[in-house]
Amino acid sequence: MIEWEGFKGIRWQKGIDVNNFIESNYKEYTDDDSFLREKTKKTSKVWDKCKKLLSKEQISGVLDVETFIMSGIDNFEPGYIDRSNEVIVGLQTDEPLKRIVNPYGGLRMVDKSLEAYGYHLDKDLEEKFKEFRKTHNEGVFDAYTDEIRVARHNHLITGLPDAYGRGRIIGDYRRLALYGADYLIECKKEDLKGLNDITDTSVIQLREDVSEQIKALNLIKKMASRYGYDVSKPASNAKEAIQWTYFAYLAAVKQNNGAATSIGRNTTFFDIYIERDIEKGILTEEEAQELIDQYVIKLRLVRHLRTPDYNELFAGDPTWVTESIGGMLDDSRSLVTKTSFRILNTLNNIGESAEPNLTVLWSEKLPENFKKFASKMSIATHTLQFENDDLMRPLYGNDYAISCCVSALNIGHQTQFFGARINFVKVLLYALNGGRDEITGDLVISGIDQIEGEYLDTDEVLKQFDKVLKKTAKIYIDALNIIHYMHDKYAYESSQMAFLDTKPEYLMAFGLAGLSIVADSFSAIQYGHVRVKRDDRGLTTAFDVELDFPRYGNNDDRVDTVASNLVKRVYRELKKYPLYKNATPTLSILTITSNVVYGKYTGATPDGRAKGVPFSPGANPTQGADKSGALASLSSVAKIPYKDCCQDGISNTFSIAPDALGKDSETRTNNLVKILDGYFKSGAHHLNVNVLDKKLLVDAMNNPNKYPTLTIRVSGYAVNFNSLTREQQEEVISRTFHDRI
Amino acid sequence: MTEFKSGYIHSLETMGLVDGPGIRIVVFLQGCPLRCLFCHNPDTWNKVSKIIMTSKQIVDEVRKYRPYIEMGGGVTFSGGEPLMQSEFLLDTLKLCKKAGINTCIDTSGVGYNINYLDDILKYTDLVILDIKAIDPESYKKITGKNMTEFNAFKEKLIKSNKKIWLRQVIVPTINDNEEYILKLKDYVKQFPNVEKIELLAYHTMGIEKYDKMKLEYRLKGIEPMDKDALALLEKILLNDSKK
Repeated sequence: MIEWEGFKGIRWQKGIDVNNFIESNYKEYTDDDSFLREKTKKTSKVWDKCKKLLSKEQISGVLDVETFIMSGIDNFEPGYIDRSNEVIVGLQTDEPLKRIVNPYGGLRMVDKSLEAYGYHLDKDLEEKFKEFRKTHNEGVFDAYTDEIRVARHNHLITGLPDAYGRGRIIGDYRRLALYGADYLIECKKEDLKGLNDITDTSVIQLREDVSEQIKALNLIKKMASRYGYDVSKPASNAKEAIQWTYFAYLAAVKQNNGAATSIGRNTTFFDIYIERDIEKGILTEEEAQELIDQYVIKLRLVRHLRTPDYNELFAGDPTWVTESIGGMLDDSRSLVTKTSFRILNTLNNIGESAEPNLTVLWSEKLPENFKKFASKMSIATHTLQFENDDLMRPLYGNDYAISCCVSALNIGHQTQFFGARINFVKVLLYALNGGRDEITGDLVISGIDQIEGEYLDTDEVLKQFDKVLKKTAKIYIDALNIIHYMHDKYAYESSQMAFLDTKPEYLMAFGLAGLSIVADSFSAIQYGHVRVKRDDRGLTTAFDVELDFPRYGNNDDRVDTVASNLVKRVYRELKKYPLYKNATPTLSILTITSNVVYGKYTGATPDGRAKGVPFSPGANPTQGADKSGALASLSSVAKIPYKDCCQDGISNTFSIAPDALGKDSETRTNNLVKILDGYFKSGAHHLNVNVLDKKLLVDAMNNPNKYPTLTIRVSGYAVNFNSLTREQQEEVISRTFHDRI
Repeated sequence: MTEFKSGYIHSLETMGLVDGPGIRIVVFLQGCPLRCLFCHNPDTWNKVSKIIMTSKQIVDEVRKYRPYIEMGGGVTFSGGEPLMQSEFLLDTLKLCKKAGINTCIDTSGVGYNINYLDDILKYTDLVILDIKAIDPESYKKITGKNMTEFNAFKEKLIKSNKKIWLRQVIVPTINDNEEYILKLKDYVKQFPNVEKIELLAYHTMGIEKYDKMKLEYRLKGIEPMDKDALALLEKILLNDSKK
């Protein structure tokens, strides 16, 4: 095939195998960043237009909404920013930043979000949709049990994707570039032929799904043709490879509004095409950077319509267009290419930005030059996250990508059922209160004995805690099984599933919020003599801790072991029940920015935390509890088990003052490399890095206009600081900033 | 059974990135014989503290951070004045070396027990020497002590041929002038094996501690050292072409 001229390898030519294509053709790059180029005039022109639109959007919250047409792969006219200067094209709608109405998840959510920004859905459209179409949300609530409803209402199980798109699927969008749509359709048709033994409903369901996927692939061809491209054939050069991949992703965000819609791991793949073009003499370094800059511009413009409630959970309008960079192929060769540098260089060329969510897959064995460049960019922009490739690669293979913040998926072969998280602190409080909610007084979990007595006893608490946990896990699983069944039924992501194997492996991703508080509370109960105060309803509402007790975050095994055992206990419960589509359970310790709102709805805790105070984010130690220095704090988090337990990710956010990191920029860069090496060698999974002075954030909170583009890492993603609520900003500032003493 | 020495510890910082090369665990030892005008850690002056640790406990603690410190980092003994607890310091340094840990002492070169000094230097990989002043008169004014003890340490250090980082705090109105920097430049020539010379900016972050301890702050009214002005002085100090 002419498009494949010059490419090596056989296996990928005989069937879909992008990983084999990459292994056979990529060129590792181990030198430094001196080859990088600035942005071109074309990119400047396109980005200048975007900047104007983005600042307009920042004022109003939403720039525009399409209220006459609904979501779909090919429902919109082609849109441009600055047609003559765009080298990569394609927008979600006909205008940049104009948002799509997606009613399949739930119409009430659509109404609420439109209302919040002063829009109304076209009457005719709304009435017809209501009359003829049931939504995911309606399906879920038809099936929810009473137990689920009460647990949900009391914020025991929170943030469930029962009214918004579940997201977290990563299509292998590279497949469109490497093979073209026609071959992918051919393969799906072949798969369909093999599904002719109708043994049970799952086969019927799969036959319907694959048919939908084929329709989606045809629509993608139509959508691309509106922009003047024929994606039925493979991409024949670098520009087309990037364009095809982006079209495949674009179809996903035209059709769906998944909470996190990550784009995978594309830079090494792109680099193969770029290198081929440069060798042929048809592409210069400037043009290569231009392609990557403009690809990234497109990813920065992805938007979804959200309600104000949703923003409380996930602040700052995140889309989690996570692009995973680097990592190793095997024990000796890294997957770092020049394009790994080029994509980080977009932060120089078009400034810092929350999206795409640039994620560096770190290994001690990565080329030193790349480690240094990534660290340098992290220090300069506070927009990168780092995840442990040496931990994930053995479990997910070398061609995996991060979905959302910390969830690894083998690209094209695995997908995930997103499950938000339980409020773990409530599990503990229900154990103290006979299964009743400490705020509403509702009986949420039945069959729990009320704990009596003035002082809390570890064994007694643990006994009730286990009972609450057992029942909570069952309710949680029931909820997720219902949600994903209904999501498949009413809001199926055919355009994304078209880029996965027909029978992918499913992971069901459960989550926990408030780990540090529960660990510290058990430590307080054991070492601190906790005396309880009960209100007239008999509910425990306040605690007196009489003695000092070890706290998670100080590298003290007395409590760090408690934290590790707690997550193991949870995972053990989750493994006990069958999951929808035979999914394998995984667990994450991640909160996004919801740690603030979870805290708000949660009563006082035995560790001394007052009612309403935010939880710490992800697996971070409680704000201010880590008093033994940064390495002690990092070491505590590193002990939380990833393998065979928290394989959906363990998020940690680390903030350090520039002066504490080193005297000059070169020393800071080298020190950050060493911190990351040490942290990941200790078995840790993830780190958000913010090299910032606390004073700067306080100033930014009070004078937002001075810092229009200030971006910081929060739990698992980067966010424009100004787009956080005051409460969320205060929580970020209250976190431990490691400084010189 | 070996008897491990124990010492008074002020605190442990698990991620020191500015007190020696690489990532370092910094052990702040309690006690200092000097009373420097600009001292920002008056809480380390007293000889005795609540935290007592044995040399073994310290090394065990440091070892927990091996993944971080094994590439060019190590442990730094600071204070207070680490030489004040010479016997304990030596015992800990020996244990560190036995465990293959890189060692550094951050010292003002005073308060030592002369009987241990040669061995202390023997088991130390890097000495960070804090120069308070270069003439006896100013030294006395700044530290409250005469300079003999420091000078004796200096001679031993020069003879030992250990790797050295030199440091000097620059305080507005006291030593923030070109004339002094040129003299300092001349003064440091006597040290062999100097890897680095750093000027540190005087800051006022210690004032709160003085208030808490009800101690008089003797540099009241003196502003923190301006960072740009400091960079200029550092340039003069490090620029070879000039003089």
